Amino acid sequence: MVKEMSVHKIGATLDASTSNREQEALVALMDKGKDVAIDLSGCDYVSSAGLRVLLYSYKLARSKGLQLYLIGVHEEVREVMRMTGFEKFFAYYDTVEDCTLCS
Amino acid sequence: MQRIDIFPTHEYKGFKLRAGRPYPFGATVIGNAVNFSIYSRYATGCTLVLFRNHAKEPFVEIPFRKEFKLGNVYSMMVFDLDFEDIEYGYRMDGPYDPAQGHRFDKTKILLDPYAKLIAGRDVWGTPPDWNSIFQYRSRIVYDDFDWEDDLPLEIPIEDVVIYEMHVRNFTCHESSGVKHRGTFAGIMEKIPYLKDLGVNCIELMPIHEFDEFENSRLSPVTGEPLYNVWGYSNVGFFAPKAAYAATGCFGMQVDELKNLIKQLHANGMEVMLDVVFNHTAEGNENGPYISYRGIDNKTYYMLTPDGYYFNFSGCGNTLNCNNPNVRDMIVESLRYWVTDYHVDGFRFDLAAILGRDQNGCPMSNPPLLESLAHDPILGKTKLIAEAWDAGGLYQVGSFPSWGRWAEWNGKYRDAIRRFLKGDERVLADVKERIAGSPDLYASQNRGIKASVNFITAHDGFTMMDLVSYNGKHNEANGENNRDGEDNNNSWNCGWEGETSDPGINFLRHKQIKNAMTLLMVSQGVPMILSGDEMGNTQFGNNNAYCQDNEIGWLNWNNLEKNSDIHRFYKQMIAFRKAHSVLRFEYHLGYSDYLNTGYPDISWHGVKAWDPSSGYNNLTAAFMLNGQYAKCGNATDDFIYVAMNMHWEMHGFELPVLPEGKHWYVFSNTDAPAPLDICEPGSEPIIENQHEILVGPRSIMVLVGK
Repeated sequence: MVKEMSVHKIGATLDASTSNREQEALVALMDKGKDVAIDLSGCDYVSSAGLRVLLYSYKLARSKGLQLYLIGVHEEVREVMRMTGFEKFFAYYDTVEDCTLCS
Repeated sequence: MQRIDIFPTHEYKGFKLRAGRPYPFGATVIGNAVNFSIYSRYATGCTLVLFRNHAKEPFVEIPFRKEFKLGNVYSMMVFDLDFEDIEYGYRMDGPYDPAQGHRFDKTKILLDPYAKLIAGRDVWGTPPDWNSIFQYRSRIVYDDFDWEDDLPLEIPIEDVVIYEMHVRNFTCHESSGVKHRGTFAGIMEKIPYLKDLGVNCIELMPIHEFDEFENSRLSPVTGEPLYNVWGYSNVGFFAPKAAYAATGCFGMQVDELKNLIKQLHANGMEVMLDVVFNHTAEGNENGPYISYRGIDNKTYYMLTPDGYYFNFSGCGNTLNCNNPNVRDMIVESLRYWVTDYHVDGFRFDLAAILGRDQNGCPMSNPPLLESLAHDPILGKTKLIAEAWDAGGLYQVGSFPSWGRWAEWNGKYRDAIRRFLKGDERVLADVKERIAGSPDLYASQNRGIKASVNFITAHDGFTMMDLVSYNGKHNEANGENNRDGEDNNNSWNCGWEGETSDPGINFLRHKQIKNAMTLLMVSQGVPMILSGDEMGNTQFGNNNAYCQDNEIGWLNWNNLEKNSDIHRFYKQMIAFRKAHSVLRFEYHLGYSDYLNTGYPDISWHGVKAWDPSSGYNNLTAAFMLNGQYAKCGNATDDFIYVAMNMHWEMHGFELPVLPEGKHWYVFSNTDAPAPLDICEPGSEPIIENQHEILVGPRSIMVLVGK
């Protein structure tokens, strides 16, 4: 079975300078009622504010009964998420294809 | 619903502003603005100085307008700042008149005393730019964290086993095997180890931001740099030490520490912080301007009548703890660590200073201590005082407590150390210490829970060094061995320092096990020093505050080398946890007030029921009656502890147990491992139920069931 979802690609950095814009885009996608995959494969730095965008999106998705997936998270970013306690909330996939194929 | 007071009203050099909210102090994100608020009683003007991260020069300096000041508080909202890319400070204008206590200097850029994140020393040991005009930089933190259902654990204090740990020293040695050595994340990797050991409270030596380069110099022995490793010298009271976080280089130390505390809680371990509210890193009149002295010198420091710094801390200055505004800062700091970090308790360094008035005189009812004892948010927070200071005030047993404060019991350490090395004049004192020091804490409704018992702590010898050195060996500290405690009550067991002599090494291990036995069967709150459980040595250095190397770091290879010590510690902790009769909250009655046939505690000699029988105050035994556990609300076994600190073997006659009960042996420090101790509950029965032979310098623990 192939999942239906919206994919949102994040730019090179996710921090306080981009967090408002990215957050609004993610909220708009979830307002359409579809599961969301956040593609972080092009992002090599997620700041404290950026981690909050991800966790806020997860909590918003949960409240709407939607799924939220993280795609292509760089190992350095994943390690920071591990140490700061943000890692456990998310489901991780290497690519968008992996994510849509896994049920 | 949108607020109507979040629109800018003024503009300065393109930055939109409006009058800020005076409360809370510090920098707070409100909508798309940052609210800056700072208090100074004596300043005549204030300027906000904003830098981009790591920038040499500020990008703007915004003076506070007259209408942005309310009372003695400057507050201002600045709109549309990228709050993650801001480092901020203040310039304060005002009189420079040291004789009157004022040292304002508007050429200095000052750290916010309420900064919750401090940049400038982000990665341990990376030399700063000494020419920078702004060394310790306040940053803005977004205070949310997903704690889920976590809260402070509120373990009854008498059930706690404290493990005093230094964040960096714990995992810095490569033998620790962790990925991020010397950090909060490193501790996280060692949680399974700590859980297996059985400790349930981790006391972290100072984790507030400090400067490891303070007083840095070269070791006369190795030529390596000496740092301020321990960090008993606060730069800020609200910010965690960035360099203790693997993510400190990204400014994420707040989240990393919170995650560590959350994970420790999930594994049943509390977190206690060692806090240093007695002085700051600004030193005396020759010290640097970091924050307080430039913001409101006369408010923050205790000053002599001619404007010099009182030095009750031994570190150059003394925080003016009972000034009402400083008191508020301390209370707010502690509340912040409890509400935002879920910290379970505090150990107050040189706490006697917190009871001195603004002229340095000890007060009988110090308002700060009273406030803390009655604070609603700290209502279940453990408060532990190091009840002395460097000005000669020694308050062990008399620290103003309101029934809330516990103390580091320095008299416990001294008496037990002397007894262990065979001092014949200390047994009467030892009996008080083992029973929870009723001579010190039976008054004021304080109880056994007021006594934090310890034999070793960060100050002084490690346990292995206590039995390996007669004297301190602090040459590497660069003060010709003059620093550090001289009166150690230590004994090297026949050879100064490491040896391959198996007899001496057996005796040393035995003495360590004797010490651990006494600590775990004493009434009170036991504290062990991190590393003692693996026989960690500092090579005779009893003041390793500046040793960022093999001297200070735990060598985890010792776990294998001293596996018998580790096993003994683990089983002794388990024994204490298994027997509630070892963990009374209030003092014992020395009588049988429940008519069980036996008193709650009884002292014996080599003859049962005859405490005077024995050899020269070096032999003694006591029995705890399990029917008195939890004041008679729980049922436990009888526990009998026979102590022989004489260098000859002695026979101890055992008290007769009630019909049907028998004596079993839990531990015998004279027996070689693994016969020295067993798992609680699997004790073998003793063949001769009337008498035991206790070896030279040995302790046996029996269970009657």
